[in-house]
Amino acid sequence: MDAFDPLKHAGAKARGKRPWFLENQDTERLMTIVMALAQEVSVMRQRLDTVERVLEKKGTLTRADIEGFAPDKAEAAERGAWTQEFIARILRILQQEQDALQRGDEVSSEQAAKDFQEN
Amino acid sequence: MPEDLARSDKQARPAYDGPPDYRLVGKHAMMPGTSHDEAERFNFLAQMNRHLASRVMPGVKAAFETRVEPAHVKAQGAFRNRHEVRKALLKDPAFQWWSALRRATMEQRQEAGRWVCLRQAGELNEKARKLTEGDPRLELKEGFAVPRYLTAVDHHLMPGSYHTERAPGDVTGPANYDLGIFATTGGALGRYNDGGGHAVVAWVKRNLPGFAPKRILDLGAGLGHNVLPIAQAFPEAEVVAVDAGAPMLRYGLARAKSLGIENVRFVQADAEDLSRFEDESFDWIQTTMFLHETSKKAMEQIFAETRRLLKPGGIVLHVEQPQYSDTMTYYEQAMRDWDAFYNNEPFWTTMHEIDLDDLMIKAGFGQEKILHDGVAAVVDTGLFPAPDTDEVEDYGRKAAWHVIGAQKKTMKKTGEAA
Repeated sequence: MDAFDPLKHAGAKARGKRPWFLENQDTERLMTIVMALAQEVSVMRQRLDTVERVLEKKGTLTRADIEGFAPDKAEAAERGAWTQEFIARILRILQQEQDALQRGDEVSSEQAAKDFQEN
Repeated sequence: MPEDLARSDKQARPAYDGPPDYRLVGKHAMMPGTSHDEAERFNFLAQMNRHLASRVMPGVKAAFETRVEPAHVKAQGAFRNRHEVRKALLKDPAFQWWSALRRATMEQRQEAGRWVCLRQAGELNEKARKLTEGDPRLELKEGFAVPRYLTAVDHHLMPGSYHTERAPGDVTGPANYDLGIFATTGGALGRYNDGGGHAVVAWVKRNLPGFAPKRILDLGAGLGHNVLPIAQAFPEAEVVAVDAGAPMLRYGLARAKSLGIENVRFVQADAEDLSRFEDESFDWIQTTMFLHETSKKAMEQIFAETRRLLKPGGIVLHVEQPQYSDTMTYYEQAMRDWDAFYNNEPFWTTMHEIDLDDLMIKAGFGQEKILHDGVAAVVDTGLFPAPDTDEVEDYGRKAAWHVIGAQKKTMKKTGEAA
């Protein structure tokens, strides 16, 4: 039934004008696409992790095994920690900017180069 | 290199601190099934929200303290209110990127949940029909006028909000809501998203020992996730869950029944006009994270209705995120205000600054002592994060709330306060 076609309606917009935050709207469009991709990469990696764990335990694999997989607490912690690493890598530039903010004014390599010409 | 360090996940690391796996979320009969990848999408989103709160938000604070505030003070003097702070933050890249990512994550969460529900809509709607058809505990009103505060914008970016039916008998909206709370709160509301309800029950048992309500009213009950613990704690009580959204109520009854909870009626009504219920007919009236989704006029009317409907000795309790006050910095207020402007919670900003005591008094609670307290979600901490020990503060999302309420005085026949 068309009203429930997920391909058509899953990504529907909520009522209410969307706010844009970045200086350039195109950059924000691109950011949201990149983050949706990041989500899918994460999903894919976890699927591979599931495949590895099932094979390690059983030595055989069916798709039903993948669908029925539920990590125990220790496994969930390992997978959760991987996701944290993954997101930290993807958003590294934001971490760098925080570091820069903490350090205050820093000399650039170009400035240092000029300095070392003389001294 | 030692053998056991050959794999990256075998690195010596501090103990894992983060959301649990999505598959721990309670599976009642109405809960949509999720494939492996759909569950992992929610895991990613829960982790994203956690990352934004724990790793990105501190950068916003640092930018505010080192850049935004000094520049503002230099140019125009000290900030005078939270709106000035927010408008200044909007020009700073740290706030811009945190906001853009938070908004995108919220939109992704909606897409992920809607996908799951829409692809199995036929099955879900049929299950709900079977569980609710002909059941007098579901009372929907033909031609019900949905309040304006629900139709202006879709609350928290949920397309169709609480009230839209995509076809007759549709429950995909509430099913999506039920699924996705985990991602937004990182599992902080527990197995059945009912940590708020359990918190309220614990508060009542602690503060009103011996309280044995016969009739309980929950306003803005949504799909009933917060009222079910109350119904379970007082199985002898008749519980009425009121909401404006027909899909929510339909799903709510089906869900309650599938969890074996039989003492709740789900009634479609506008909380501003509860004339269908008699004066002084409830021992306990509860709202949990509802008021901020109404409007000033509506809230005044809702307060007046609660006063009218309470039996002498009865209690009313409202659970919300903490109010803004002089002890809260303008920065924190501005950050908490984010939801009002960027997450489609338009009344959020006003509701959190309003003098609630004054409103309660205007609604007729002048004789009563207005009570204030704090509660935190009660969840199975063996599996889910404990809210009061979690140091990560995702403003507006934390499962720790402010309670305001009153116990209606018992009056003597002469009309004097007893």
